[in-house]
Amino acid sequence: MNGANILYSVVNMMSNIYFNESVILLNVEAASKEEVLEKMGRNLIDENLVKESFIPAIIAREEEYATGLPTAGVAVAIPHTDVEHVQRKTISIGVLKDAVEFGVMGDDKETIPVRIVFMLAMDEAHSQLSLLQQLMSVFQTEETLLSILKEENKTNIRSLLEEKLDFGVLEGEK
Amino acid sequence: MAKKQVLVACGAGIATSTVVNGAIEEMAKENNLDVDLVQIKISEVGGYVDTADLLVTTAMTQKEYPFPVINARSFLTGIGTDATKKEILTALQK
Repeated sequence: MNGANILYSVVNMMSNIYFNESVILLNVEAASKEEVLEKMGRNLIDENLVKESFIPAIIAREEEYATGLPTAGVAVAIPHTDVEHVQRKTISIGVLKDAVEFGVMGDDKETIPVRIVFMLAMDEAHSQLSLLQQLMSVFQTEETLLSILKEENKTNIRSLLEEKLDFGVLEGEK
Repeated sequence: MAKKQVLVACGAGIATSTVVNGAIEEMAKENNLDVDLVQIKISEVGGYVDTADLLVTTAMTQKEYPFPVINARSFLTGIGTDATKKEILTALQK
């Protein structure tokens, strides 16, 4: 391991955003968006990252303010809810076995068949600007979304996102 | 030109408004515009009807406001960003 790698690992350990294979779910089978949110939320509860109240809160929020995004190639959704339901901030990825209809953000009628869900559990409002910007640029890169969609190995997805999202430099950022 | 108050709102005031806020900040700098950006939840817009000049939001809104409302979803999807930026600039330069 060279110096840069060691430094990166140290920064990564210190970083308070939780991200590894345990928050990446593949082949998620669900008949509705509520079921997707329930399954992904349950996993975050089991990992002690969010409180029990996170699931009803995120389902209610999705109903009121839909988060489906008509991104190029593969539609995504970015469900999230208020900070008080979160114990430790994380971004959970759910690749759905079959597309599930989500409402389109900012539209009260339109729905879109979503294949990848990025569930954001943020513990602080108005923060993480550069992480969120990087995440949005992932959404704008069809090739990256397609790679996530066809990838069968969680570690590869983790590496891909760590490369794109730069989790390592997040510590202390507001 | 008086400083414009721009509301940036999403459902939770957490994620998407942060991104949109960042984009408008950058845009204002590039165009030498002096703006007062206020990042809020869409449910809080009512408190700013008397002071705001513009609402940029990723959440839907059915209410009528005395200022223009611009949909900012393009900042998240990357599709149609230029048109949205132009719309915001036009509103700010009025």
